[in-house]
Amino acid sequence: MRYLSHTPDDIKEMLEAVGVKSVEELFSSIPAGVRRDSEIDIEPRSEWRLSRDFEEMAGGLTAAGPAVSFAGAGSYSHCVPAHIPYLASRSEFLTSYTPYQPEISQGTLQAIFEFQTMTAGLLGMEIANASMYDGASSLAEAVLMAIRTKKKPKVAVSRLNHPHYLQVLKTYLRPTAFEVVELEALPDGRTDYGATPDDVSALVVQSPNFLGCIEDLASAAETAHSKGALLVTSFTEAMAWGLLKNPGGQGADIVSGEGKSFGIPHSFGGPGVGMLACKKDFVRTIPGRLVGETIDKNGERSFVLTLAAREQHIRREKAVSNICTNSGHNALIAAIYMSTAGKEGLREIAQQNHDRAVYLKNGLEEAGFRPLFDSPFFNEFAMTAPAGFEKRHEALLARGFLAGLKLDLFPEYNDPRYKDAYLFCATEAHTRGVLDEFFAILKEVA
Amino acid sequence: MAGHPGVRGLVIKEGLLWERSRKGRIGVSLPEQDVPRAELADELVGEKPALPELSEVDVIRHYTRLSTWNFGVDTGTYPLGSCTMKYNPKINEHLAGLPGFANLHPMTPESHAQGALKLMYELERDLLEITKLHAVSLQPAAGAQGELTGMLMIHAYHAHKGRQRGKVIMPSTAHGTNPASAALCGYAPVPVRISPDGIITPEAIREVMDEDTAGIMITNPNTLGIFESNIAEITKIIHEKGGLVYGDGANLNALMGYADIEKMGIDVLHVNVHKTLSTPHGGGGPGAGPVVVRDILEPFLPIPRIVKEGDRYKLVSDAPLSIGRLHSFYGNFATLARALAYTRTLGKRLKDVTELAVLNANYVKARLKGVYNLPFPQPSMHECVFNDAIQHKGGVTTLDIAKRLIDLGYHPPTVYFPLVVDGALMIEPTESESKADLDGFVEAMIAIAEEAVTDPGAVKDAPRNTRVSRPDEVRAARHLILRGEIPG
Repeated sequence: MRYLSHTPDDIKEMLEAVGVKSVEELFSSIPAGVRRDSEIDIEPRSEWRLSRDFEEMAGGLTAAGPAVSFAGAGSYSHCVPAHIPYLASRSEFLTSYTPYQPEISQGTLQAIFEFQTMTAGLLGMEIANASMYDGASSLAEAVLMAIRTKKKPKVAVSRLNHPHYLQVLKTYLRPTAFEVVELEALPDGRTDYGATPDDVSALVVQSPNFLGCIEDLASAAETAHSKGALLVTSFTEAMAWGLLKNPGGQGADIVSGEGKSFGIPHSFGGPGVGMLACKKDFVRTIPGRLVGETIDKNGERSFVLTLAAREQHIRREKAVSNICTNSGHNALIAAIYMSTAGKEGLREIAQQNHDRAVYLKNGLEEAGFRPLFDSPFFNEFAMTAPAGFEKRHEALLARGFLAGLKLDLFPEYNDPRYKDAYLFCATEAHTRGVLDEFFAILKEVA
Repeated sequence: MAGHPGVRGLVIKEGLLWERSRKGRIGVSLPEQDVPRAELADELVGEKPALPELSEVDVIRHYTRLSTWNFGVDTGTYPLGSCTMKYNPKINEHLAGLPGFANLHPMTPESHAQGALKLMYELERDLLEITKLHAVSLQPAAGAQGELTGMLMIHAYHAHKGRQRGKVIMPSTAHGTNPASAALCGYAPVPVRISPDGIITPEAIREVMDEDTAGIMITNPNTLGIFESNIAEITKIIHEKGGLVYGDGANLNALMGYADIEKMGIDVLHVNVHKTLSTPHGGGGPGAGPVVVRDILEPFLPIPRIVKEGDRYKLVSDAPLSIGRLHSFYGNFATLARALAYTRTLGKRLKDVTELAVLNANYVKARLKGVYNLPFPQPSMHECVFNDAIQHKGGVTTLDIAKRLIDLGYHPPTVYFPLVVDGALMIEPTESESKADLDGFVEAMIAIAEEAVTDPGAVKDAPRNTRVSRPDEVRAARHLILRGEIPG
């Protein structure tokens, strides 16, 4: 076996050093009653057969994915510069553990410090952590953080948060007595903040929201703060912050979201990278790793994990969270993406997302689709399809186009208001050629 | 100390990313502007993002230099106890990144995602075969989220039985994340003493288990690397009082092919695929922490679940007792794909993996016994725990030993954990280390022990070969600097 170096002679010498006659003898502390009575029934495969098995699952007879997708809803198709996976695959980054020994982890530590800096800057917040698992768990932890800070057992949550994120939030809150009050959507596709109760720890709003509309975060902040609550915001499309006013600048207290759009592939939904940022007053209640700058014994600038007193391995049951491993390597990829695109590039790419989404929307309107709302959007929007589109959607799929996501795929949107509604997304990856081809085929399959 | 791999090399300085920033640089190729520009209303548009301005070459130089300041499994021996730093096979990276997986949107209609669903289903089968448990969810994104999932299921089980309980038994040899995971479910931890042999006894469990206790969180082998040989009796006591058993699977590398998790009486176990199943740690994730359960907990597993009907795979969310969803989509798919590549490469030879991991730990233990103090001499499984009791007399501590090892070219063991051992040095070599590499590590440890007597100052002054030495952690916490300033 190519991953194992031991020769029979090595094993013999090692057994002698240990003072046992056989390897089995090393397992004598496992009582007979808890031993398995059969071999592991999995056949070992050569590299070549394994590759054939995987290639078949990834695209052979069992088919993976359409060629062109207008699906967003929490996972967005973006262009990834070739040097990003190249750099990130350097084994010193990929095969190291959480940086507990700073002297031989400065690469990871400085990269995370830079990720924290760029994430905080992008979101307009004072500090950001080293990452969370994904956007959904990041939101759940942000809400728990707000409850710890404000100590009121109730939160007001916009229904226009991603439905999966709301489901994860409910899973996290399940064993607690905390109550979630859901705020309805207004006819313009934005959240009715006016219905926020008085006694909540937080108002929780996603922008752009699940239906693509840009929320008025400044007015959400005003509502939250007038009630003594924190504004917690969420996002599924980090690219939006290349163009839109950031949440921090509009008064958000805690910002959570998904950073997968920055160089990380769809991979059927994971792993992504959770982003979590807040005002510096909350630094002692933020979960997850934080990297801080310091100096070493010779006065050299160095980076270390810091404020470990918040964390599970020190505080045990009094920790602010149980999170340990996060999404470090994807945070590195997002950092390389942000530094590659930079100030000017990210603005231009984000603008192109909007341009192409508008172009897609106009084409769909010409094909008989009606926008569900007239609120402004970034790169994603909801349309009501003309009668009979469901069959055409299948025909388009057969031609290699995933023509949007039917909203009732999400049970929360199984509602007469959203009958025949689809969510569409276009990004910088959708060229005019592809969009025009789609419009042409849309006519053909009428 | 010639002969050790740690030598001085050329270390290149590199500033912070934005110190390279120059106005007007860009590192990305912009797509052709082939559709009309669509302006958003001014009141919606923000300032340009606060990011640096760099060329592609700047980015390459910066991150390449940073990478050389890191030590990974590919660099050398990494015996970090409890973390199972085994070799991360390169074919797994390649297969997980196949375009058919990488470009697959999570909401792709099931008809067009059959291969991805099949992959997850197949990994589920393998995890059941390795553990001998009954049902599984791949959703948890890491070990700690797997623990949380397990405890949420235990909580939901008791709620469904009609009477919630308030406490969970937590041995001092449990993993660090366990108490925090239980606390998220509102359970108060109940400590339980360990015997002088380093394991839990049925008597100790009988003393603390009652009908207000939801169950126990148990790590087996425990964090001392010792198999809890009373496991069947302990879990029986828990079950008799209506409790459930959470198994921390972080140490599964010690058990494959030998132990039957169901016979151990464990009701739910999480598996760290980024430990036992060889997926890379990536400097802190992403990992994956699937949970495997006995039949009574199946109704509580997270949704959606993957089912196979005939030769078709589908996602099903119809499970009224489920604890709900844990992940933005279905779990860390690309990480899970690497794990399947591993289980399918090794197959039944996963038993050899376990055997060599245990042999390696016992070999290191045999060779260092007497040189370093061994607080628990009981038989070890995949890791062993020494401490600095001998060296401490001369003023050399565990921290000093760890730092000196760095100079000699080795990643240090886990230090000061588990908490039940003062000044712990927790060594988990994994099966990936050859005898020659282990001999090198052992000789380095012996050399440091000698140096602690002959020249303790040299040990306390380590590391000297690294770019930085002993960064001031107290200063970092007192004068918090958590971000830099990117020039506008």
